[in-house]
Amino acid sequence: MTIAEERSELAHEPEADAQHGPTGIYKWLTSTDHKVIGKNYMYTSLVFLMIAGAMAMIIRAQLVQPNGHIVSQQMYNELFTIHGSMMLYLFAGPFAFGGFANFILPLQIGAPDMAFPRLNALSYWLYLTGGTTMLMGFFVNGGAAAFGWVSYAPLSSYTYSPGPGPDLWIVAIILTGFSGIFTAVNLVTTAFYLRAPGMTMFRMPIFTWNMVVTGILILIAFPILTAAMVMLYADRHLGTHFFTVAGGGSPVMWQNLFWFFGHPEVYILALPYFGIASEIFPVFAKKPIFGYKGLVFATLAIAGLSTGVWAHHMYTTGTVLLPFFAALSLLIAVPTGIKVFTWIGTLWGGNLQFRVPLLFALGFLVTFTMGGFSGVMLASPPFDFAVHDTYFVVAHFHQVLAGTAIFAGFAGFYYWYPKLTGRMMREGLGKLQFWIAFIAFNMTFIPQYLAGLRGMPRRIPVYLVSDHVTFLNQVSSVGAFLTGFSFLIWLLNLWISWRRPIPAGDNPWDGHTLEWATSSPPPHHNFTSLPPIRSQRPVWDKNHPEYADYTTDHDGTPKKEVEPR
Amino acid sequence: MKVEYRVYLGIGIFVLIVTVVYFFWAKEYGGAMMLFGTAGLGLLPALYLGWWKRRMEPRPEDVEEATVAENRGAVGAFPDHTIFPFVLGIGAFLTALSLVFGPSTAVIGLALIVFAATSATLESRRGGTV
Repeated sequence: MTIAEERSELAHEPEADAQHGPTGIYKWLTSTDHKVIGKNYMYTSLVFLMIAGAMAMIIRAQLVQPNGHIVSQQMYNELFTIHGSMMLYLFAGPFAFGGFANFILPLQIGAPDMAFPRLNALSYWLYLTGGTTMLMGFFVNGGAAAFGWVSYAPLSSYTYSPGPGPDLWIVAIILTGFSGIFTAVNLVTTAFYLRAPGMTMFRMPIFTWNMVVTGILILIAFPILTAAMVMLYADRHLGTHFFTVAGGGSPVMWQNLFWFFGHPEVYILALPYFGIASEIFPVFAKKPIFGYKGLVFATLAIAGLSTGVWAHHMYTTGTVLLPFFAALSLLIAVPTGIKVFTWIGTLWGGNLQFRVPLLFALGFLVTFTMGGFSGVMLASPPFDFAVHDTYFVVAHFHQVLAGTAIFAGFAGFYYWYPKLTGRMMREGLGKLQFWIAFIAFNMTFIPQYLAGLRGMPRRIPVYLVSDHVTFLNQVSSVGAFLTGFSFLIWLLNLWISWRRPIPAGDNPWDGHTLEWATSSPPPHHNFTSLPPIRSQRPVWDKNHPEYADYTTDHDGTPKKEVEPR
Repeated sequence: MKVEYRVYLGIGIFVLIVTVVYFFWAKEYGGAMMLFGTAGLGLLPALYLGWWKRRMEPRPEDVEEATVAENRGAVGAFPDHTIFPFVLGIGAFLTALSLVFGPSTAVIGLALIVFAATSATLESRRGGTV
């Protein structure tokens, strides 16, 4: 137990994080340090990404030819179910919300650790065991869950999905759900109660703001998912009839419950990555973020609106009020558009430095905007009726979610890797990875829009020559394999950085926010000294007093925050 | 604390308005109940934060001109390393697996949960290192 001294202004020799407490596997098992837990989350979720990515490769191999026979139909169903579940529950959310947020948020607000370190460690173990539980499904009789990541009733009932695999999937979601809830409580409390003096809410970095709003959304959405999973389990084993028509239940109620979680979940996955991009654009444009408060209020607006659009996934059930859900779904485009314009405004006229983090952030901006436009199209009920459950929808949500998580995720990884490890990654390999990934990713999903418009349904293991989608699927599969190859370049880069480290220094990018005011990697309890916090960019102010975001008295005392230039 | 309070209050009021519009327009009770519950999830923390906001002086982190020296002292007690979250996690994992493989794993799982929860509580009360 350490009583953390309050943010000393005196500089000491930094005590290296690695030298504090136990080392090796025992450190990994027992650490409550947010930096260790954050890295655990990051590397674990990247392993899950690789596993889910390998499943995607098999899926795309199956679809290279009409009537493909790489895997059985049952195995195909299991693969796309676990691929989707892993990408959404075990990679995209935990990578940013468990990984980056854990490591970066306390540093950005000048805190020594998370508010509840033990709870933080428990969150990670529930996440790891939840992910393991999901994968155990492949090793039990009957195989893994095969009803899609949305587990629609009645397909997910015991009648149509017997065996322990689906139960393992339910247990996995419950475990990771609790992990997410605990992390959300921790992050919101940390941001509300452990900020450094002068770090007012409207001086918090946009990344931290986005994590706070994501935390609030998790606290709204995840309990509903957990409750729905308990009801599903009760239907399967305890004789209840929540979702079975025969017993007086309603399968559509499952859809309502699931999507009341599922649509906020889309923003739970996206908002952290918006935050990462919002950190990177100003640093590599050498400008303050354009429209700080606009970004904050747009994030809050997205959070509020996302709770009222769940049934736009259910237009074709014929049981929902179409104008209400269409109107709210279209309205979300407004704050999202504000964000896109704000990012462009930040880049506009900036002294752009096309380093790897900026390239990946720009890749995110392009793919997200493309996917966002098709989302606006899908918000319109007549269009949705035409393409519902086709590859158009698959292409849309992969561009929006996978594009966001992969491009903004790698942007964040390259940006904060020096802070995580004290080392730089190789610039050339990073750029090569970006260009292959960017071209290949869009090569994968743009043909899927066209296949969807030609009527190719999602979740089918075979198609016919007469469907006229063979060429589109072949292009898409080649794109997917190249995307997978780009990840190998990243692994090579990581390995080279590990074997032949290039020291990063404390602030290699000339960053603006407080994490760049400490050593790389940061010492135990993060800071040996803090700069005065007088604006949204305290480290920039300290390093560039001639361009500081505040005015000073004649004796140099910080006086008043000014509008960013 | 004012901004924190307003964030939650804003979300709660917004969802409450959406609830009323949805209830009278869609005339569908399930969705209206979920929205009403969500409004509560915004308003409950808002009430708590609002209650404290009225009774607290602005904290150094709420004051734009605050200096680091104004908040000198202990920030809090943070455990450096402890095995009990891991034990608790494994206990929860084994207990959850009993829903699939029968009650045998729950016996070990629940024992680990009780042991880890008790030990972690005692550890934090002692205030010593692990």
